[in-house]
Amino acid sequence: MTTSSETDNIDAVEADKPSANYAEIIYNGIWKNNPALVQLLGLCPMLAVTSTVVNALGLGLATMVVLVGSNIAVSLIRNYVADAVRLPAFVMIIASFTTCIELIMQAYTYELYQILGIFIPLIVTNCAILGRADAFASRNPVIPSAVDGFMMAFGFGIILVALGAMRELIGQGTLFADMQLLFGDMAINWKWVVFEDYPNVLFVVLPPGAFIGLGLIIAFKNYLDEREKKRIAAQKELDGPSESKRVRVTGKIS
Amino acid sequence: MALLRISSPHTQRAGHRTSWVMQMVILATVPGIAVQTWLFGWGNLINILIASIAALACEAAILSIRRRSVGFFLKDYSALLTAVLLGIALPPSVPWWVTVTAVSFAIIFAKQLYGGLGNNPFNPAMVGYAIVLVSFPVPMSQWVGVQSVVTSGDSLSFWQSLQAIFQTLPTIDGYTMATPLDGFKNKELVDSATAFNTIEALQTANLNAWLWVNIAYLLGGLALFWLRIITWHTPVALLGALLVMSGVFYLFDVSHAATPLFHITTGAAMFGAFFIATDPVSSCTSNRGKLIYGAGIGILIYIIRTWGGYPDGVAFAVLLMNFSAPLIDYYTQPRSYGHKKSKKGLKVGEEK
Repeated sequence: MTTSSETDNIDAVEADKPSANYAEIIYNGIWKNNPALVQLLGLCPMLAVTSTVVNALGLGLATMVVLVGSNIAVSLIRNYVADAVRLPAFVMIIASFTTCIELIMQAYTYELYQILGIFIPLIVTNCAILGRADAFASRNPVIPSAVDGFMMAFGFGIILVALGAMRELIGQGTLFADMQLLFGDMAINWKWVVFEDYPNVLFVVLPPGAFIGLGLIIAFKNYLDEREKKRIAAQKELDGPSESKRVRVTGKIS
Repeated sequence: MALLRISSPHTQRAGHRTSWVMQMVILATVPGIAVQTWLFGWGNLINILIASIAALACEAAILSIRRRSVGFFLKDYSALLTAVLLGIALPPSVPWWVTVTAVSFAIIFAKQLYGGLGNNPFNPAMVGYAIVLVSFPVPMSQWVGVQSVVTSGDSLSFWQSLQAIFQTLPTIDGYTMATPLDGFKNKELVDSATAFNTIEALQTANLNAWLWVNIAYLLGGLALFWLRIITWHTPVALLGALLVMSGVFYLFDVSHAATPLFHITTGAAMFGAFFIATDPVSSCTSNRGKLIYGAGIGILIYIIRTWGGYPDGVAFAVLLMNFSAPLIDYYTQPRSYGHKKSKKGLKVGEEK
């Protein structure tokens, strides 16, 4: 678990200075420490419900509400909760927010609530949320915690929607079908039939397709990272050695 | 006697290059392909052609992305063999995009992403077949019937086969029918004797056709055995296990279960036993391991055919046993001559 210890170190430093580095929080959430691509947390709902864009977006938004809410709440109580009972306290907070979002979805987007089914209550068990509460929110002030929660959920949501779009496009040949479940009647015509007469590719619609899709997205991210690393290395080489070179006074100078 | 060479198991025999082995396996499928073409029309040949083109294109594309020598790896004929096996396994009237999907998935995902020939844990051809079987159940369940049995009373001509594959033949339903295994699976509560009299897929002409196909693949398999490309262990264990399973359950329930002969001579039993299960890369390497591996496939085929959701189960049985092949190998290490008994398995708390 190198990632978690790494973030712990960063967070320990950040805890001392109240003005956290927002750029770093944003970069961490969306790219460097993306919950879906790097931490690989919350895989269960991710693989299970991302068969269409609307499902993915619904779950992403629900996770976002819970993550931002729990990060704010945990940050508020961080100085009053004993270390020994902090995890039960966090779980209680997360469970409360999950119940809220469950009731809200039941009230306003009932069909989507039924489609997502057990995966809405299961947001409680999403390790990305408890992980952020423990690793970040419990050591940082309210505003950075809220930003961190939002950015982590945003990074998670982007990957959910990308996977959902990929699977919907390859699996059913459409995009943005049934968006009215989330956005009401104005979204009824949003369905875009990309391929006419498309035979459904059941393999992609079923969870095994999600594994392969996620693997491809992770591979693409690693490829981009690798290319960036190479570019930086090449740039360094091009710039030549830095100006202030230590003068060597002993041994052979090569 | 050749020594057992655990590393690079696809080059089983000293002195022969991989390409020779692959070429011989392709040649050994020729009798089977010929019989299939004679009975079910040109569909399989066209499928093999489409599959070969797609396989070579995919292999070349991925090899050049991976910066490997394209010419060297294309010349080992392994991609072509995968394509031929898939072209045989897919129904003769299947649309062209099903073939292309199956082959590209087999080559790209099941073979090259794992590191190319010799590194794939699963049989690429069967991965491709399973993918399209799961994804496109409708075209995958139509098999061309024998001339005298189908409603149109005729088999597909070359031109009609082409039309069927490129989906411009509206009357394709007149030429296709369920395979015997499919027909038997969907006989509902009718007992066997009535089923064989009433269901058209189970008429003697159709059964005989499948008997011929299986005999042809048996011949090809025996040629491979004679060339010592495969050993007897896997096919014998597979067919033996299938015979024992079907025999036991036939004795239990004579009126509803199918005879052991029915299980051996219809469907992909022989093809699977000699050409699929014997894949040296994804199967077991030790001889005792091969026996366990083959028997596992045979048992699973019977289970899937009888109680599973699909009429034939060779692909899924092979894939499931591919999973367990490394474990079986670990427990069946042979003892080297002049050495102590080999360690088997992993004991708790032991350093590896």
